This record gives sequence, structure tokens and C-alpha cells, in this order.
Amino acid sequence: MKLLQKTKSDIMALVACLAVYAIIQTLILTDVIGPFWQLNIVLIGINIILVVSLNLINGFTGQFSIGHAGFMAIGAYVSAVLTVKFQLPFIAAIAGGALGAGALGFAIGLPTLRLNGDYLAIATLGLGEIIRITILNISYVGGASGFMGIPRYTDFTWMFAFTVFTVFVIKNFIDSTHGRACISVRENEIAAEAMGVDTTKYKVLAFTIGAAFAGVAGSLFSHYFYIAHPASFTFMKSFDILTMVVLGGLGSISGSITAAVLLTFVSAALASYPEWRMIIYSLMLIILMLYRPQGLFGNKELSLKMLSRWTGGKKHGSTQGN
Amino acid sequence: MDSSSLIVQFGQQLINGISLGSIYALIALGYTMIYGIIRLINFAHGDIYMVGAYAGFFATTMFKFSFIPALIFSMAAAGVIGMVIERVAYRPLRNAPKIAILITAIGVSLFLEYGGMLLVSPQPRTFPVLFESEVYNIGGMVINSQQVVILVVSLLLMVILTYVVNKTKMGKAMRAVSFDTEAAQLMGIDVDKVISFTFGIGSALAAAAGVLVGIYYNSIDPLMGIMPGLKAFVAAVLGGIGSLPGAMLGGTILGIIEALVSGFWSSTFRDAVAFAILIIILLWKPAGLLGKNIREKV
Amino acid sequence: MALLKATKLSIVFGGLRAVSNFNVEIAPGELVGLIGPNGAGKTTAFNLLTGVYQPTEGQIEFDGKSTVGLKPYQITQRGIARTFQNIRLFADLSVLDNVKIAYHFHVKYGLVESMFRIGRYHKEEAEIEEKAIKFLEIFQLADKKDEIAKNLPYGEQRRLEIARALAAQPKLLLLDEPAAGMNPQETQQLMEMIRWIKKEFNLTILLIEHDMSLVMGVCERIYVLDYGSIIAQGTPMEIKNNPRVIEAYLGEEV
Repeated sequence: MKLLQKTKSDIMALVACLAVYAIIQTLILTDVIGPFWQLNIVLIGINIILVVSLNLINGFTGQFSIGHAGFMAIGAYVSAVLTVKFQLPFIAAIAGGALGAGALGFAIGLPTLRLNGDYLAIATLGLGEIIRITILNISYVGGASGFMGIPRYTDFTWMFAFTVFTVFVIKNFIDSTHGRACISVRENEIAAEAMGVDTTKYKVLAFTIGAAFAGVAGSLFSHYFYIAHPASFTFMKSFDILTMVVLGGLGSISGSITAAVLLTFVSAALASYPEWRMIIYSLMLIILMLYRPQGLFGNKELSLKMLSRWTGGKKHGSTQGN
Repeated sequence: MDSSSLIVQFGQQLINGISLGSIYALIALGYTMIYGIIRLINFAHGDIYMVGAYAGFFATTMFKFSFIPALIFSMAAAGVIGMVIERVAYRPLRNAPKIAILITAIGVSLFLEYGGMLLVSPQPRTFPVLFESEVYNIGGMVINSQQVVILVVSLLLMVILTYVVNKTKMGKAMRAVSFDTEAAQLMGIDVDKVISFTFGIGSALAAAAGVLVGIYYNSIDPLMGIMPGLKAFVAAVLGGIGSLPGAMLGGTILGIIEALVSGFWSSTFRDAVAFAILIIILLWKPAGLLGKNIREKV
Repeated sequence: MALLKATKLSIVFGGLRAVSNFNVEIAPGELVGLIGPNGAGKTTAFNLLTGVYQPTEGQIEFDGKSTVGLKPYQITQRGIARTFQNIRLFADLSVLDNVKIAYHFHVKYGLVESMFRIGRYHKEEAEIEEKAIKFLEIFQLADKKDEIAKNLPYGEQRRLEIARALAAQPKLLLLDEPAAGMNPQETQQLMEMIRWIKKEFNLTILLIEHDMSLVMGVCERIYVLDYGSIIAQGTPMEIKNNPRVIEAYLGEEV
């Protein structure tokens, strides 16, 4: 019975995705959505991939990583090399970008994930910067002036397909015994070990999967903007992603998606006031953290039950504390 | 290159490195104190250094202060700003998830950077010359008066800080709070006041570093704090976070290594090397050179 | 043959011998108690047996094989599960998920199967759910399966921790002060439950306890630890009358 319900909700989700795709695609084809908002819609998709994949590491597995932009950079550059220098098809280039970023995530994660908390955070930040500075010094990929002449393969359809794919795969992963193992690491590492969970393996696994999807996002990114530039992948970009994760709620996928949509829109809406943009953005961050430090959704998922609780008042009087 | 000129060049880079390193050390001291007392990587700390540099700039250009008054003015101004930031943005979050307060610190950092751009324009400014620059030549190695000033001022501030932390009542309270906040509270220590004081002192030290850098490089801009801020954190971790001598040692070592890398290899790799050192120290000795290891009780 | 055999186990923390010359032998199906005054090293001994600490010297054999050098999760997978003195639940997860995690290492479906929900995923997930609920029923927690673990009352949290340890399907169960913080009535219930699960699951149990009445009432054999060394062992009756034990507990009621 439960299985049937699950399948049913899966089908409903699929129908909803297709509907959203159809509506936006029609609006794009009929030019109702102009180039500026088209660009921002693609950015939303890329950000969703980045935020959901970082949430797997930070929110679900509880490992504090702030070097996500580094893995995005690997994806952007590896895929660009594959399409530009080796004339591979886009899908193969995305796979290559994901593989490259994932492999590096694995190689980096293995030694560094022994660290916890702030130490891991600062190590991942440092690694992200090392990746960027290394790219900056490789003339094969354009060095400091960036990798130019990348074909624009990414469009709304590609972006949408990969966003849905990412969310689908990561959500399924989390709802499985492997995902539960990751969450147990977050909740209590010592208890997780005592329950037979190989905590190191699951930390590295979450880190690798997260990095691989950041690679996907990077591939889509560089094949939309014609260029991959080291300046796009500084730790500020990592902070950006982290901000969205925390804003949406650590351990909430629907929260991540909401935050990615919301912040990308805010950022776009403020684009015409460049000098005020970052100030408003930063104030919003501070105020949100002061008043809702657990993020919009906490660690819960958006569900019909939650919606009815919001709209229907606090009838159930549930006392799910934090 | 023969060996004697190699030695001279090495000595030269050592001098440059120690000057740069003492600036890192001043910023790292604040990082390490703030981390020690509330376990927060205060990402805004590098921007306080920038604020300090601008305070020094305006003190000398608008108020026509000379070096020492400008330095004191800048330290006082930054100290107050640091305390205000702690009061407004961090204190309400003291019991919130750690990541929330970290995000707030990032928010404050962005606010200072972009607020700074709006207020004083993003263009770099030329820091006025506060005293005659003299160049001393010691056996082929060059040391200028700015470097001497940086060294003297940094050393003096470190001595004062060490005295305050080790000998005064407030210093004892700081150490008590950083050791065990709850116990300190039970002993009747006003924890809020101590944390506020720590932010004040840390910010003042960063501001001093900002003024010194202005004198050294002659140029300041609203984003100048980002990299030195991160580097200073690296220095703090290198020396052992929470340890004052560690921050001084870490800053100096980092400065020397950076100078040697730029002098003998390539300045583009300078930043990468700093972060590589960070990773190596974290993996090899996460508690840092002078820190203590703490293990979780099961 | 002994199920668990620790020989001359010692650990040194910064020059201090927390446990020294710890010798314990437990046969399959036994219910053994480990008692001792505060700070005697009982929990440290547990941490040595479960791989949280590595012994400075000595041997541990479980089921005929050495476990020295193994990580805690490997030891759990070999068949030793434990609870903690200060409860360590997955506090923000539901009661059901707490138990489900204990099945983790018995699950066979792989990564790809989980990501695309194919192959063995559905069948095994259904099995896990069914088994987990069965365990919760045994411990009278089934009607609370969707509650967040940290919101349970203290006694139920203790029960959930035992349920979770059992769900890992161990051969040997280590209980670290299971009655800590319970009132006499709850302790009584717990004693009965421990006896019952031992029989029902064909378990071997080693328990640390401060509550003398519990240990004396439920254990078949008792080891007494003082200053990191075993000073006595025997039946509850023998222990009660052992002068060294009385001395170690001087001032405490035996």
C-alpha cells in the first residue's frame, strides 16, 4: 500500500514537472519571457543543482563544506575542454565534467573529511581557492583571461532536464538506506559508528556525489555563457551557494529549491541598482538569520500537510520543537 | 646567481616577509581571540581591517592627524564598530545553530564591503605619506622606514595585548570565558561584557594593521580586506586557533613563506601556497603549531 | 568457547592507566554485569571492546577472531551492539528512522538502485520498515514511530536506544547504565525486559550498572572493576560477600 502511495506521488511529481516545463517553454518560445529573464531562469536551474548538491553535504551529512564553487569550476572547465578541444557531444561533456569534479571531490574528501566543523569548512574554502588559482595558471584553458569560445549548448530544456534529474537522484538517495546512513552521521557520528555505519565512507560518498553534481552545474554554466572564467568561481560563489542552502534550511530539499529561486530572483530584480544590490542582499541575509536561523523550512520538506498547517492556523497544535 | 647574492636575496625576502607577516599577525590575533571566545570564524574581521585603513585615511587627510593620533583614532573607531557588530548581529544568535551565525558573519562582511563601496567609492585611494621614507642598506639588503614602523608598532601592540590578557582582570575574564563560558558565567563574570571587549580589542588590532598596510602599500580600497582576512585566518589556524603566541607565530611564518614564494617562484602561486599550507597543517596537526588537542568524550 | 574474551587489556591516557590488565570472558548466552565505583573505568572498558579506543596493550577476541585494530562500525558488523551512558539517539530523526538506521549494514541494494529506485530497493525498503516496526512494537514504541526522538520522555528514549541496538541484530549486546535516571518502577520493568530480550533473541549481554539491585537481580555473573582493574568476579552472592568489593564500595550501599 505504502509502495503504491509512493509511486502515485512520484507520478504526480512527474506530471507537475512536465507542466512547469511546458508552461515556461511556451512562454519562452512565444517571447513572453525575454532574454533577461530567460538567463535568470537558466541561472535558477543551475543554482538549484548547486544548492541541492551542497545541501547533501552540509545539510544531510552535516559536513561543513564551503568550497563548492571549486567543483563547479572543474565541471565548467573539463566539459569545455571536451566540447571545444575534443569536439565531444554536450551530454558526454557534462558526464565528463561531473566525473572530473566527482573524482576530485573523492580525492580531496578522503583526507580532509577527517576534520570536523570549522576546520573542514576552512579546509574546503582553501581547496576551492587552490583549484581556482591552479586554473588561473593553466594556459591550456586560457589562464587568467578565461576559457573563451565555448559553444552555447545549454538552453532551458537542458537545464530543466538536469535540474529535475539532480533533484530526483539526490532525493532518492536521501530516502534510501545510504541516505539514512549519511543523516545518521550528521545526527551523531559516534552512535552512527556504533550502529555499523562506516562514517568515513558515507562522508566521502556524500562529498563525492555533491561535487559531481556541482560539476554538472558548472558544465551547464560554461556552455551557457560562452566562457569559463576563474573569477566566476571564487569563494564568494561558494558563499552564495551556502547562503541559499542555509536560507532554505539545512536538510530540506524543497527549502533549497525555494531559496535558489527566491535569491536568484532577488538578485535579478536588484540588477538595475548595482550599487545597492549587494547591500540589500547582505542586510536580508543578516535579518533572515536573526529572525529565522533554521532557514525557511528547517530540516523539513514542504508538503501538503505543512501548507494546510500554515493556511489553516495552528489547529493541530503540534509541538515539534527545534 | 652566485651563492652570496642568493643569501642577500633570501635575507631581503625575509625582511619583506616579516613586515607582511606582522600585519597578518595583528589581524590573526583578533581572529583567534574571537574564535577562542565564541567559536566563530568572523568572516567580517578582514573588513574591519579595511574599515580601520579608511578611518586612518580620513583621520590624516580630513582631520590632518599625524601618524600616532591617526593610528589611535582608527583603532578606537574600528573597536567601536566591532563591538556594535557583535551587539547587533552576533549576540542575538549566540544560541542559534553555528552555521546561522557564520552566515550572519558573511552577511556583515558583504555589508561592510559593499557599504564601503557606496560610501567611499570603489576606487582605490592613495594613502598619504605620514613620514619621510628613508631606506637603510644593510649588507645589500634594503629595509625602509615603513617596514621599521610596521615592526615596531606591531611588536608594541602585541606586548600590550599580552600584558592585558595575562595580567589584567579583564584578561583573566577573557581566558575564563574562552575556557568555559558557562562556568565563567557561574563565577559571576559578565560574559556579554567580556565578549564585547574581545571584539573591541580584536577589531582595534585589525584597524592598526589596516593603517600600517596603508602606509606600506600606499593604496587602500573597500575590498582590500578579503584576502588578508582569509590569510590571517590561515595564520591563526597555523599557529593554533585560540592561542595568542600561535597567531603571532603563524602570521610571521605565513608572511615569510609568501615573500619567499613570490621572490623565488611566482607571485601568482602565492595565495595557493598559503592555502596549501593551511590544508597541510590541518591534516598533519589540526590543533596548529602551538594549540592543544581536544578529543570528544564518549 | 567464549564469545568474548579480553586478555590483559590496558589503555593509557597521557600517562594515566585508565584500564589495566582487564580480563573478561563471557560465554554465549550469559548475562554478565560489570560494576565498580565511579571513575573505575567501566565505560572506558566498553569503549575498548567496541573499538572507540584502541588498547595500548592486550587482546580482544570476539567469536574466535581478534577485534583489535578494527573500527567501531566493523566491530558492530561482527556482532557487538551497544547503548551509551548518556543517550546517543539520532535526536532529530523520527523514532522509526532511528531503528531503520540500525539495519543499514544488512541492506544489500546498492547506490544506483537507491538513486533510481530500481532492483532490490522497493522490496528491501518494505522489509526494513516492517522489521523496524516489529521492534518498536516489542518495545511499546510503535504508536510513537513518527515522533521526533528527542521529544520522547527520558525512559522511552532509553528503550528506543536498546531497540535500536537490537535492530542491528547483534550476538553480544553491551548496555551502559541502562537504568540511569529511571525510577524504581521503571528499573523493575527494565530488568524484566532485559531478561526477556535475552531469551527471545538468544543474546549474550554485558551490562554496566550503578544500580546494585538491578545488577544483583538480573545478572548471572558479575565482574567488579576498581581503579581500572578487575578486582573480583563471581555470582551475585559471592560478590556481595567479597571483602575487596565491600572495601571498594566503602561508604556505598551494597
